[in-house]
Amino acid sequence: MESSQFLDIIYLLEDSFIGEYIRSSLWLFPVIQSFHLLGLAILGGAVVLCDFRLLGILLRSESAIYVLSQTRFWFNFGLLLLISTGIPLFLSEAVKCYYSRAFWIKISCLILGIIFVFLVRNPLIKRNISSFAQKLIGGLSFSVWVVVAASGRWIGFS
Amino acid sequence: MLEFVEWLSLTPWSVDLRESLYMYPWIESAHVLFIAIFFGTLLFVDLRLTGYVFKELSISQMNTKILPLTIIGFVLMCITGFLLFYAVPIRNYQNLFFRIKFFLIIIAGLNAYYFHKTMNKESKKWDKDSFIPVGMKYSALASLFLWSLVIISGRMIAYNWFDCGRQPQSEFINFLISCTAEPDLYESLDGI
Repeated sequence: MESSQFLDIIYLLEDSFIGEYIRSSLWLFPVIQSFHLLGLAILGGAVVLCDFRLLGILLRSESAIYVLSQTRFWFNFGLLLLISTGIPLFLSEAVKCYYSRAFWIKISCLILGIIFVFLVRNPLIKRNISSFAQKLIGGLSFSVWVVVAASGRWIGFS
Repeated sequence: MLEFVEWLSLTPWSVDLRESLYMYPWIESAHVLFIAIFFGTLLFVDLRLTGYVFKELSISQMNTKILPLTIIGFVLMCITGFLLFYAVPIRNYQNLFFRIKFFLIIIAGLNAYYFHKTMNKESKKWDKDSFIPVGMKYSALASLFLWSLVIISGRMIAYNWFDCGRQPQSEFINFLISCTAEPDLYESLDGI
């Protein structure tokens, strides 16, 4: 797709009903943003517990499978909250996001993080892998989510 | 108090932070990360008390294993939070949401104090009987609710709807933010 066509779509998204509606309200954007932040904290908790277990920092006497089973629901819950609040936030300032480097870093790492957690980390936890491999996937997962969160915050500064 | 924050805002480091292009956003991002570590781990400590997660671990096990990280997150969150305050002291001091947040932190702190006092006394008993008093469950839920409100009001500090520098505000708001603006001064600005 040509980039001008892509930009047309971005403008279309910004002019969408939801985008328009959020921009017309003084309170809506900050309120959605607050719940976005809460979603991040919830997902963050699940990531920290699971990845720090893999890194051997927390809950060492519990198996990684057990920690995953206890945190999985909250990971999904946080992610769902983040996506369902993130989309309206994006629609309300799609053009600004398009020109923001922080936004593209965030989206790339987000997609990477989701793929990594669901297709690599979680399936590997269920197998018996060495503690070195556990540390590796825990460290990778944690780093990716840190970048997602930090670059997400930077969208607001650009 | 206003004199104090005015003095604070003139200290060299405060000026440096305020005028730096990247330092403030970096601290802000770090603050968000520490919020995630603090609130995220607290979530599981509190959920354990309500019996939703980690039921195979006793309360005191859960506390010795998770709570240190929660406290580390809290301390780092406070340090970065203080720096954010220190960068723009006068504005934060007179910010409605900052004041609401501060008030909520005190309430959440009292709840945490009550909660840990009871827990330290009785958690061994809870482990044995695997029974948690209903009051503790409410306290755990109140903790999550209060800290959520702290996060929300903290996010709102960025918005200047009720700032002292943005007049006219109602007398009540000016009272809440200790703002001594002269309403007459702003009459000509109406409608801008």
